[in-house]
Amino acid sequence: MRLNQWIGCLILGWLDSTKRIGAFAIITLVVTLTQWNKSAFVLRPLVARQINRAGLLPLPMLTFLGVALGLVVSGQTVALLSRVGAVDYAGVIMVSVIVRELGPMVTVLLVLARVGTGIVIELSTSRALGEVEALEALGIDPIHYLVMPRVIGLALSVFSLTVYLVLIALISGFLFTFIQDVPLTPATYLAQMSASLRWEDFVLLGLKTLSFGVIIALITCFQGLAHAVRLEEVSYVTTQAIIGSVVACVLIDAVFIVAYLVL
Amino acid sequence: MSLSSLIEFSDATVGGSGRFLDSARIERITWSVQSGEFWVVGARPRVGKTDLLATAAGLQRPIAGECRLFGSRLEDLSDSERLAHRLRVGIVFENGGRLFSELTVEENLALPVCYHRDCSAAEAADLVARVLELTGLTRVGQLKPAHVSHPLHQRIALARALILNPDVLLIDSPLFNSDPRQTGWWLDFLPSLAAGHPLLEGRGLTLVVTTTDFRPWLASNRSFAIIHRQRWEILGELPQLEQTDHPLARSMLTGCWNDSDQADFI
Repeated sequence: MRLNQWIGCLILGWLDSTKRIGAFAIITLVVTLTQWNKSAFVLRPLVARQINRAGLLPLPMLTFLGVALGLVVSGQTVALLSRVGAVDYAGVIMVSVIVRELGPMVTVLLVLARVGTGIVIELSTSRALGEVEALEALGIDPIHYLVMPRVIGLALSVFSLTVYLVLIALISGFLFTFIQDVPLTPATYLAQMSASLRWEDFVLLGLKTLSFGVIIALITCFQGLAHAVRLEEVSYVTTQAIIGSVVACVLIDAVFIVAYLVL
Repeated sequence: MSLSSLIEFSDATVGGSGRFLDSARIERITWSVQSGEFWVVGARPRVGKTDLLATAAGLQRPIAGECRLFGSRLEDLSDSERLAHRLRVGIVFENGGRLFSELTVEENLALPVCYHRDCSAAEAADLVARVLELTGLTRVGQLKPAHVSHPLHQRIALARALILNPDVLLIDSPLFNSDPRQTGWWLDFLPSLAAGHPLLEGRGLTLVVTTTDFRPWLASNRSFAIIHRQRWEILGELPQLEQTDHPLARSMLTGCWNDSDQADFI
């Protein structure tokens, strides 16, 4: 196959996948809106389980990443700022880099690696073993039972974990400046950050993290459920789901960068 | 259409599922399942028995012709009506019954009850215990399917289908890969369901069973059909079955398989 044909096939394949994931997202949205409170005795524990799995169990790892992120960003920037006498901008840089960019992205990648892969594997295995058809045979909507709790759970989890990671990173960043004897008091650091934070930051951070959670849940569930897979294809669809999720998160991030620039 | 038809196929072609969605598996089926009947459908493995039952249960549409459940085409019904119709048909899948591996046996049974009645597992516990007791599964209730011997899996799937109190039960190859003890249980239990089991408060259940061997199912008041080379053929009741000259039906009646039949079972 020639290069231009290969690129054309690749683009058409991506467009087709995007269309199908879009249709899957619309179906999930309709089911979520119309069956929000249906079978609450069954669905609420499933949502709680997803929140526990994606929002609580990764906390130790997230704490480690938050500390490391704060140290790395602070370590790289504060030394440079001290050299040019611009320590006053330490808080501003921490907000720009951690709150707006790295915090949400690191969090979603952690949740994707830890929970997203698990979702694709369990759903595609269930599909391959015919358990999804068994749900339908019992009159249980697989979108309602399998997808909706994961979408809600992951959206809330990515949002909560991002807030937690950002706080940890900002604190560890300040601790690094303290250890390095940089003349920056906690009050000044806080004042710098509060001055650089705008109301849009909170709104966009919330929207971005919720979008990240929804999109990785949708793509992993789609890859797990939408194809008639055989057991030997589980690893392939898992890889596809992870690649698709990372690309989708980067694209969403790009949209939010534009939003930051416009607002 | 007969008024008492629970399931009716009119010149229907059953397609495959999954990656074989649009390919015809069984062509031109004309078949009516009446209330109280006990159908035994014979076929070699992998010819589309599961797809036939899935279509009869309203889980997939025929790719040609028409299939009606309780007198209605599912596509003509609203979502709630379609769900109500589908819940009146229970289906037990072959080879393990497709149990939910994450849930215990009790949870497998409680799930459809809790989902449709919006009740807690504690509220469904009495019903679950009763169904487990009547199907002889009480001792495995707390176990996950992986810890239960495989021949019992389809029996658990039967209990899960029965808990929704269906009018029609479609059972896919219950005796396939079954040990003699389980075979005996199925052959005793299914006629009791058809006759009116205490589990159903004496109401007789309409049954459709698929098989690769007619011999265990030979009894009066049963209707027989066969799928062979993508064709559907109704053979009639036991006296007509015994007179048939259909080659595959003869093999299934006598247990004498020719070479091509044998190859299909490997």
